[in-house]
Amino acid sequence: MLTNTNSGFFAYLRRDLLLAYRRKGEAAGPVIFFIMATTLIPLGVSPEAKSLEGISAGIIWVMALLATLLSTDSLFASDFKDGSLEQMLIAPDLLVMPVLGKVVAHWLTTGLPLTIVSPVLGIMLSLPSSALSPLVAGLAVGTASLSLIGALGAALTVSLQKGGLLLTLIVIPLYIPVIIFGSAMAQFGIDGLSWGSPLAVLGTLLAMAVVLCPLAIAAILRLTTINQ
Amino acid sequence: MDWNWFHRMGSPRWFYLVTSRWMPWFGAATLILLVTGLVWGMGFAPEDARQGNSFRIIYLHVPAAFLALAGYFLMASAGAIGLIWKMKLSYMVMKCAAPIGAALTFVALFTGAVWGKPTWGSYWVWDARVTSMLILFFLYVGVMAVGNAFHSQEAGNKASAVLALVGTVNIPIIYKSVDWWFTLHQPSTIKLTSAPTMHPDMFQPLLVMILGFYCFYALALLLSVRVEILKRERKTAWVREIVGEHLTLKDSGLR
Repeated sequence: MLTNTNSGFFAYLRRDLLLAYRRKGEAAGPVIFFIMATTLIPLGVSPEAKSLEGISAGIIWVMALLATLLSTDSLFASDFKDGSLEQMLIAPDLLVMPVLGKVVAHWLTTGLPLTIVSPVLGIMLSLPSSALSPLVAGLAVGTASLSLIGALGAALTVSLQKGGLLLTLIVIPLYIPVIIFGSAMAQFGIDGLSWGSPLAVLGTLLAMAVVLCPLAIAAILRLTTINQ
Repeated sequence: MDWNWFHRMGSPRWFYLVTSRWMPWFGAATLILLVTGLVWGMGFAPEDARQGNSFRIIYLHVPAAFLALAGYFLMASAGAIGLIWKMKLSYMVMKCAAPIGAALTFVALFTGAVWGKPTWGSYWVWDARVTSMLILFFLYVGVMAVGNAFHSQEAGNKASAVLALVGTVNIPIIYKSVDWWFTLHQPSTIKLTSAPTMHPDMFQPLLVMILGFYCFYALALLLSVRVEILKRERKTAWVREIVGEHLTLKDSGLR
């Protein structure tokens, strides 16, 4: 039994990555949203470097959060519609590992691209160069937590017709610690402080999320999809 | 240890009949405590040296904030009991506690805004406690929304119980991070009013008000749980007996 526990993880990871690869347009959605929504900020606030400097790290974090939130809606939705979610639920393997595999695939297709694009947006929003590396490091760790927490909300709302707004309501309060420490990291970089401690907190949040979220998601999926 | 009482609590009928006897007592205690506390606090407690009469809103603000937070833990515990022991009644308590808690959180936020204008100079300040209260309000609204979103009562119950529990794990983390966030951004112009040295003359009416709010909370929760019991058990014989046959018939005719 123990030798089988990992098989679900890699099977679902590969499956979801393959699905994302075959639906390239859909997979590019979060990054396009991230870039386009961030473009609105200089237009809406001010194009001057001075006024952008102070808020750019926070803006990038908020936009990354919203882009992740936008994509979590569909995390379990298509599996629920075509019945493969039920197959996952009735499979004899532990449900936790397939769930974790799906979430990791989600992060690889949203959080990671967002992290890679973020320094470009940072430069465009005249973020001081000392803040670029804490921004990227923070996003890399933080978006993984965002994916895990978002998956929890997606599991709760998967069987509902109009789950989108509800998902926002559930997930945003839980996102608050991540965005606080993530944007603080970039702020520490701007101020020239060492940004190790907020990164450590982000890492702690991620460690807790990795352990607890898949368990909660597995329980929620059983509750909400079986007796809907 | 005898667990009979605990299992009996799971029966909505038993709960309804027992609480019928409690209701007048809770009603009387709430009325007496709130009237005493309000008259004492508003009329007789001494004026604050710096804030004048405006501080008197503390007699509504603090008890409401107290109960808003305690209510969340009560709601989450009820949800946990429901999930573990599969108790119908416990889900009803959870469902009824959410709107009451949300209303109290709103009262705390609103009275805080009213109080903030004369003391801080603005209705809203992004202070750590204010922000945490706002997030608590969102958590309550989330639990309420999830509970109502499902067609089946069962799924709605379980989903909102899980969400309430997830919120409980997160509340300390959210509070700590908001606290830390605030110290990072703390504006120097605002001096927060902390009340470690409150004069006994001011504190005693506050204590009465807090007790009064606890009784009020119990009363409001019991009232709405009792209504919820009647609604969910409306097809059973004992509810028909209590409400009267014609009423339940009329109710089913309307639907």
